[in-house]
Formats: sequence, C-alpha cells, structure tokens
Amino acid sequence: MRSTHGCGSNRGVPEQIQNGEPPVASDAPLLDVVGLKTHFFTFGGVVKAVDGVSLSVRRGETLGVVGESGCGKSVTALSVIGLVPNPPGRIVAGRIDFEGRGDVLGVSAEAMREIRGNEISMIFQEPMTSLNPVFRVGTQIAEAIRLHRQVSKKEAMERAIERLGLVGIPSPMARARDYPHQLSGGMRQRVMIAMAVACQPKLLLADEPTTALDVTVQAQILDLMNRMKEASGAAIMLITHDMGVIAEMCQRVSVMYAGVVVEHTDVRTLFANPLHPYTVGLLDSIPRGRSKASGQLKTIPGIVPNLLHLPKGCRFQDRCSQVHAACRESEPPLAAVCDGGDGGHLVRCWLHVSPSETPARP
Amino acid sequence: MPISIRESGTADGIPVSPGRQDVSDRAIPAIDDDAAAVDMFTPTQSVAARFRRNKLSIFGAVIVAVAVAAALFAPWLSPLDPDAVDARSRLAPIGTEGHLLGSDELGRDILSRLIWGARVTLLVSLSATAIALIVGTFLGLIGGYFLGWLDSVIMRLIDVLMAFPYFLLALTVIAVLGPGLLNGMIAVALVNIPFFTRIVRGVTLSIRESDYVMAARGIGASNTRILVRHVLLNCVSTVIVAGTLNIGWMITAAAALSFLGLGVQPPTSDWGTMLSSGRQFLSAAPHVATLPGLAIFITVLGFNLLGDGLRDALDPRLRE
Amino acid sequence: MWQYLFKRLLHTIPVLFGVSVLVFGMLHLAPGDPAQILLGPEATADSIAQVREDLGLDKPLVVQYATWMSKMARGDFGRSIVLGREVFPEIWARFKATAILTVTSLIIAVMLGVSAGIVSAVRQYSLFDSIAMLVALAGVSMPLFFTGIVAILAFAMKLRWLPSAGMYSPAGGDLWDLLRHLVLPALTLGTVSAAILARMTRSAMLEIIRQDYVRTARAKGLNERSVIYIHALRNASITIVTVLGMQIGYLLGGSVITEAVFSWPGIGQMMVRAIQARDYPMVQGGVFFVAAMFVFINLLVDVLYAYLDPRIRYR
Repeated sequence: MRSTHGCGSNRGVPEQIQNGEPPVASDAPLLDVVGLKTHFFTFGGVVKAVDGVSLSVRRGETLGVVGESGCGKSVTALSVIGLVPNPPGRIVAGRIDFEGRGDVLGVSAEAMREIRGNEISMIFQEPMTSLNPVFRVGTQIAEAIRLHRQVSKKEAMERAIERLGLVGIPSPMARARDYPHQLSGGMRQRVMIAMAVACQPKLLLADEPTTALDVTVQAQILDLMNRMKEASGAAIMLITHDMGVIAEMCQRVSVMYAGVVVEHTDVRTLFANPLHPYTVGLLDSIPRGRSKASGQLKTIPGIVPNLLHLPKGCRFQDRCSQVHAACRESEPPLAAVCDGGDGGHLVRCWLHVSPSETPARP
Repeated sequence: MPISIRESGTADGIPVSPGRQDVSDRAIPAIDDDAAAVDMFTPTQSVAARFRRNKLSIFGAVIVAVAVAAALFAPWLSPLDPDAVDARSRLAPIGTEGHLLGSDELGRDILSRLIWGARVTLLVSLSATAIALIVGTFLGLIGGYFLGWLDSVIMRLIDVLMAFPYFLLALTVIAVLGPGLLNGMIAVALVNIPFFTRIVRGVTLSIRESDYVMAARGIGASNTRILVRHVLLNCVSTVIVAGTLNIGWMITAAAALSFLGLGVQPPTSDWGTMLSSGRQFLSAAPHVATLPGLAIFITVLGFNLLGDGLRDALDPRLRE
Repeated sequence: MWQYLFKRLLHTIPVLFGVSVLVFGMLHLAPGDPAQILLGPEATADSIAQVREDLGLDKPLVVQYATWMSKMARGDFGRSIVLGREVFPEIWARFKATAILTVTSLIIAVMLGVSAGIVSAVRQYSLFDSIAMLVALAGVSMPLFFTGIVAILAFAMKLRWLPSAGMYSPAGGDLWDLLRHLVLPALTLGTVSAAILARMTRSAMLEIIRQDYVRTARAKGLNERSVIYIHALRNASITIVTVLGMQIGYLLGGSVITEAVFSWPGIGQMMVRAIQARDYPMVQGGVFFVAAMFVFINLLVDVLYAYLDPRIRYR
C-alpha cells in the first residue's frame, strides 16, 4: 500500500508498518464524521434524515453503510461531499474531519469545490440518468480532470481515454466519443467510476452503485471497484442495502436505522455475532438458497418510522421483538461492547448497553 | 423563516458554519429517498406559493365573472345607450359628469360602449371556442380511437392547418368569406380546431389501451358507447382546462380582426373596433383607445389566471 | 439523424401540397363567381367572359390547379387587381421589411425570454421569479395592438424619443434611422413571444435541474455557474428550439397586426389592404408565400433540433 506521507520520515507512519507487519488500513481515520445532523426543513415539519451519526473511514479500507431506504445513508454521504440540497436540507450539527485537516463543514464553498471530485468523489445509483445526455462521455471525464489539474484539453482527453481503458471499457478511444445513450448500463457505470477516480481521490463515496444493474454486471463492477481501490489506496464508503455486497466488499460496517448508527463493527463480527435486533433481522431476511427451509421469507415486521414523528426512546422499538420498558424511555447511546474485533463493536441497544455507558465513537 | 441553526442544538455543542451553501442557489432538488413523502420547501415558500396560486386564480375567476356579467346584463348595467351620439361632449376625459369613463369622438359614452362591447367580444370568442372545442374534440376522438386511414386523413388536415401561422390562417378565412362578425367567429374557430384535436387525440390514444376500455369491449359495448362514456368522460377535465386557457387567444384574435376592420362591422362595435377608431385621437384623448385595450387585457388575463388555476387543480398533465 | 430528417422531409411535401390546394381553393370557395371576383364589381359581362376564357375557369378544377401551381412555381403569382402590377415582385419588395421586423423581434424575444426563464428557474420562488412570471403572464395576455398603442403613446407621443410610424423617415434615412423606427415595433412584437419563451424556459430548466446528471456535474466540483449555463442549459436548448418554431409562426402572424399599428411597410400591411379590397391574386400570393416560408423554417428548426439532440443525431 502506498504511503501517503512524505518519504524518509517515520513520523506518522503507523506502528504496524514500522514493525514490518502486513499493512492494514492506517489507524488515523481518513474521514471522521462526528455527531452529524442533517435536517430537512419542509412544509410538513423538520425531517431529521441524519440525526447524530458518527462513523469513520480509514485509509485504504472499505466501510459499508447498510440500512433500509430512508435510513439516512445517502444523506450522510451527501453531507460529506457537500451536496445536500439546500433548500430544504441543511447540516445543523456535527463535524466532518477529513485527513486530519480540520472540519470540512466550515470550509468555504470554493474550497469544497476543490475537494469535490478531486479528493472526495461520489458515484450514484442510477447510471442511466447520471450522465449528461448531450455531451460525449470522454468530454465529461476530461472535464473532471481539467477542473482539478492544470492540463490542456488534449492532455485531459488523453487521460480520460486512459481512464476508460483502466475501468475495463474496450476500445476506449472510440467509446470516448460516444454519447451516454449509446452505452449499456454497465458501461455507463464504468464511465461514472472512471470519472469519479479520474483525479485519484482519497475517498470514494459509492451510493448503491450496483443496485440498478443486472446481477452479472454487479459482480463485475464490484470487482472493478476493488481493483481500483487496491491500485490507488483509496478508501471507499460503500452504501448499500444488500448484505451480500457488504460481505464481499467491506472491512468494517456501520448499520444505520432511522437516521442513526445502530451497530458498528468489522464485517466478520457482524455476520458472526450481530447484536442489534435490527441487524439480526437484516441478516435473517437474506434468502438462503439451501434446500433446508422452504418456509416463508423472514422479514422485519412493521415499517420505518415517520421521520417527522419519531417515537420517544429507541427508534426501533415498534419493530423489535425484544423491546422492553427502557427502550420506550430513552434512546440508548452508541456504546462499545467487549467483543474483540478490529475497532471494537459498537451497539445502540439497551440489551447490550447499560445505562451508565458513555457513548463511543467508531 | 427557517429554523435558526443555533437553536437546534448539537451533540457536542459545536455550531455549524452557515457558509455551507454549496449546492446551487435555491434549486429544488431531486427527491431523495430519505425524505420521500414530504413536501420539500421551506414552510414560508410553500405556503406563499400555494396562496399566491389560489389567490390569483380566484382573482381571475372574479374578472371572468365580471366580464360575463357585463355581457349578460348589459341592458341593465349600461348607464347610457352606447350608440347615443352627443355632439356637445366629444372626447370628454375620464370623470366627466355623465360620462364616467369619458366619451369618444362622437360623444358616445365609453363605459356603456365597453359594457356592450363585452357582449360582442365574449359572444364571438365563446362561440368560437365552443365550435372549435366541439369540432376539435370530435375529430380528435374519432381519429385517436379508430386510427387507420381516418386518423391519417384527419392528421394531415390538421398538419396543413397548422402549417399556416396562426393569425394568417384567420386572415385567409376572412379573405374567402369576407369581413363580418360571423365570419370572424368562423375564422377564429377554424384556426383553433387543431389545438383541441391534438389534445383530445392524445388523451384518446392513451385511454384506448387502458384496461377499462378493454373490459368494456369485452362485454360487447358498442364503439359509440365506449367513446362517449369512457373516452369522452376522461377528456372532459383536460378539455375544460385547454378551453379556458384558449379563450384568451380567441378574444385577442377576434379583437385583432375587428381592429383591422375585418371582423365586426359598423354599426356593431366591440372592443377591437373601439380601439381602432380611437387610435386617431391618441395624443388628444388617449383614454378612448387605451380603455378598450385595457378591457381586453384584463379579460384575457382573467381567463388565463382561471385556466392556470383549473389546470393546477384538475390536470397537471397540461403543465407546459 | 438522416432517417429522422428524411421522414420530416417526406412529411413536408404533402403538407406543402395541402397548403397550395387550400390557397388555390380560396378563390373558388369564396361566394360568388370567380371571374367576377377577380375583375371586381365594375366588370362588364364581356370582360368577365373574356377572363373566364383566359384563365380557363371553365376547365375542371384539377386542371386549373395544375396550371395555377405551375405558374406559382415559376414565380408568376398573377396580377394584382387593385394595383395592376405583378404580385410576386410586390411581395418580394415588401418581404425585406417584414423579415427585418420579424428577425429582430425573434432576437429580442429569445434574449429577454430565455434569460428571464433561466434566472427564474435557478431562483425559484424568489422575488425575481414571482415578478418575472407575473410579468410573463401579463405579457401573454396583452393583445399586440394594445401593446403597440401604449408603446406609441408612451415613447412616441409623450416622451418623444422615437418615431411612431413607418420604416424610415420621409426624407429617407440611414441605418440609425431604421433602427430608431424599428425599436418600438420590434419590442411590441417581441414581448408576447418573450413571455411565452420565459415560461417555457423556466419549466424546462426546472425539470432539468432536478436531473441526476446535474448532481453528477456538481459532484465533480464544477462551479454553479457552469452547471447551469453549460450542463443544464445545453439540455434545455433542445426544448427551447422546439418552441422557437411555434414562436416564429406567432411572429409571422403577429407581424400583420404590428405592421398595421406602426404603418410598417411589410407583407402584412399589404395583405390587410388586399383583403379589404378583395384583391385575390395578392392575397393568394401573400398567403402562399408566407405559409411556404413557414413550412421551410419549421424544417430548418427540425434540422437544428436533430443536430442539438445527440439521441437523434446518433441513433
């Protein structure tokens, strides 16, 4: 893995690498989100889409953010990259620390534009509509390059073509002159990826990048993302509702529900020992193709609470099979559970956390 | 006002910089799944927008009502005989005694002429609308429903009609039939038939494939029955909105023809002819020409506002 | 693209045919005897009979049409009853004036309307948006002749800044003189068009700004100005061009009225006089000319549209 710090000095290089151990994701987080609250001020009231989310992404790792639609995972990513639609959305609290450079939320609009597409990139769910139909594909990638690098148009286009090749598009020079409607969904998503990594960002936010694609293409795209990550050492925040994708791609996982993180741990522990009832439910509802149980698919009863009228206490109380009095009283904090595993195991549940616990940060 | 950031409090008490206005000035965003079912505007903006829309539509309805009332009750509302010549008070300004809105070059009372003029103007426009609506709807229905050669012929005819610039076609009809009130009405109606035909045809095309039409066919309903009960009924709201929005154009076109001397002929007068004859005295007595123009403007505005309101309420499909 | 254009071309031919038939039919649809109409009310029975023979008015309609059409194709639009002169040269001479007026109005309409629409969309629900849309609504509701008269009243009579009639001053003039005469009529004719364009541009932009690809553009780090004026506008231009075709039709028709109000010596003014005088050859010639031009302009607009939209240009 590439060291991103200056050469020669050992200062700042994590212990593991100094000791010759196999390099893992560095300890100092690349992205540190603390207490993020993003609210939408609407006619019907205030929608607290993200209501106190803390998570972090380390260098070179893939953090999975999983949850149902409406749990706030997309808005979290949009908050990080500064694309929360305003009006009606606004980040009302929290800090987002990027690369130890201080709070990105306090930064000017212009400085944020420098970061966007350059150090932090995002790819979206719908490749069919995420590319501008009236510009050629190569031009759109070259535009991203020219925004952040001092190169000529010709040079930018050459780099764009090179990027197209790197993401596995055959005959990149010809394809660069194509318009989006001439490409398939999978190809378009590759183009999106090429565009997002064109300036070699340190952090890639991927919002359900494969949900809209065919299953076979999904695997290819995920594989591509992994290869790009390894080549560049970038970190990925991968948003999905698909536990299978989590298993394949991520090192650590944050489970979100109704605007907060309810569980956070490394991926093995999550699958082996899920603690929060919601996580358990998610894992249980994965259809297993074994011949064993041919009963009904398991679901989590009920629906996501109305973000305008959250219940007092734990947000999951109305759907939880193990709900009890404390749950309706106050919301549990996200606290560490002694579990081992890398980075600890955090849960937001009165079943596993005693009232005296202090909240922890992942 | 949107809730102040400071008031909402934070987990660590860390305030957020208000400089975070990156995303566009006020562009309304794509609806994110995270806030799916709610209206996405600030309270003030949304309420203001709705209120404004409703208020304007009601204002429009009021105007239309006034105009229609003037037309209907002209004999009772009009203070004087609109054709009564009064040589003593020619070109009297607004506010003259006996002539609330002044008088024209022959001493005729402008207010009375405006009220009676409403009759002619609205009669011509509304009749023309009715004709265009009926003929256009009929053509659109049969063309869109039966398709085949019938539809092709109708569409070709419509295309030919639409190949003429709007007003030019009206002039052509006048050229053929000669000037006159009735001919003006026919001209304006003819020019607007394509408008209704296309709209109704579009609705018919989409409805004819729908389930309940299939079902009706399945139980052996005759074509006429299907057409009338199912298809036509569905067109009603669309047609009403389209018609109301179109009346404004009708009024303007009819008045334009009169203005050019090709529509309503003397001694009958409508707002268009009033404007035309008042033109000569523009410097001396501008109100003679401008008042009828204002009347046309306000009436058309009223119909447009009403149409907008109806469209918002009934059929968002027609949104430009 | 060629496929699309070929289809459009194929579509145009029957339309032109229909137009010509309609124009030809004018004379015969009119109440009264065609020969009598052509010669006017003072004609003697002999001259009527003569004309009937000359023009072959006894022959079947189809033959008449063929003769007439072939003459038109050669530029022989017949002879004006009133003026006694050939129709086509008359039309052509006046065409320049109408063209100047119409083109200028179009430019004004596009500049005013499109920019107002863009700003309204970007600042939706702001004060500018509310005012602009109200003004647009008012603009759409104002009849041309009223706007013209108000303009004359305000700028020509009260303020005395600009002339109120004609294309040039009686003593003849230069470009500057032309421009002074052009301002009021062009503004008058352009306002309604501008209003319509403003509304259409606004709704097109509003829809586009919501699109995913606009979000992608921002995600690249593009500044807001470029997002709107390059990414969004380029997409909106497709819709705008489509609307332009309709607007040109409106302008051509509206020029008749504007020319009447401002005594602008164009085709429209000529047409009105011809209709009043029942000068059929003149009316037929004028209508055919303008309609044919409109058809071709629409074809050009189709070409432009096909060029602008890559989804059509590259199947």
